Amino acid sequence: MRPNIYASLLVMFLTIYAVRALPLTLLRKEIQSPFIRSFLYYVPYVSLSVMTFPAILSATASFWSGLAGFAAAVILAWVDGNLFRVSIGACIVVYLVELFV
Amino acid sequence: MEKKQWFLKGMRDGVPIGLGYFAVAFTLGIASRKAGMTAFEASLMSACMLASAGQFAGIGMIASGAGCVEMVVTEVVVNLRYLLMSSALSQKVQQERPFYHRLLMAYGVTDEIFGISMATEGKLYPEYMYGAATVAAPGWVLGTCLGALVGMILPPSVMSALNVALYGMFMAVVIPPSKKNRIIAGVVACSMAASMVFTRIPGLNRVSSGFQMIVLTVLLAGIAAWLFPVNEEKGEKKDAA
Repeated sequence: MRPNIYASLLVMFLTIYAVRALPLTLLRKEIQSPFIRSFLYYVPYVSLSVMTFPAILSATASFWSGLAGFAAAVILAWVDGNLFRVSIGACIVVYLVELFV
Repeated sequence: MEKKQWFLKGMRDGVPIGLGYFAVAFTLGIASRKAGMTAFEASLMSACMLASAGQFAGIGMIASGAGCVEMVVTEVVVNLRYLLMSSALSQKVQQERPFYHRLLMAYGVTDEIFGISMATEGKLYPEYMYGAATVAAPGWVLGTCLGALVGMILPPSVMSALNVALYGMFMAVVIPPSKKNRIIAGVVACSMAASMVFTRIPGLNRVSSGFQMIVLTVLLAGIAAWLFPVNEEKGEKKDAA
């Protein structure tokens, strides 16, 4: 297996890069279909939401700190919206909850 | 001038991504070490692909001596969601920029960089993605390297807290537009509810999280597009308001 490790890495790199590069390079014109345009418009909202919840509840040391982190992220994003502050704020809340609860 | 400003903004927004990556990548480094890879090989892997799930799968396959076909098929399946994200980015990026930008941008299509790139106002400057990747990728590689060399160097409480950094960022992307647009708010709420249901239903919850995400995204974004087609001019203006 040793001598193959760089070959394996190359195969993986090319495969993953291809998956990421193909749509970007092939879909160069603006898509005209209103349905597909709308579909792509909604993709980030659905995918990021699906990835966050309920995964965040089991991402930390306990369910409750995960829930607190999620609530903090949603509230901070609602009132503030700054990427960095929301992100770090959620981390701090998780840290404090795990410290005291 | 404008390009430079977008690059710098990308770097700023890339900081929480880099921090989150740094924490997550430790576990990756440790796993690759267990699989018999050196710290250099693990770091090289991370530098080449910025793909957590794909790398975990890859480490497993390297350890078990999997063949080329198995690797390609597995990596395509595990990373299929990037096909959707890359498609969305292909429409968001400035159309008039030279072709090579698209080749460079492809490197940075991760869940997080995709999220913040789609959240920018108007058309996407490739420079924004470059700025974010310039900060995020070193966090990823450095975390992997340290994980492989010394294991967990941060206390568990800090690791646990940093684990929500990336999720916090996702919320910072989807919640502010939800405030202004009720349809987006509904889409976000339904997506979370559906995702919850998916993890609870016996049988369905055995489906890998990457595949779950693809199924739910195609389904829900499809339904939303069918019920609430986006009126371009109005849609853009609403976002910017």
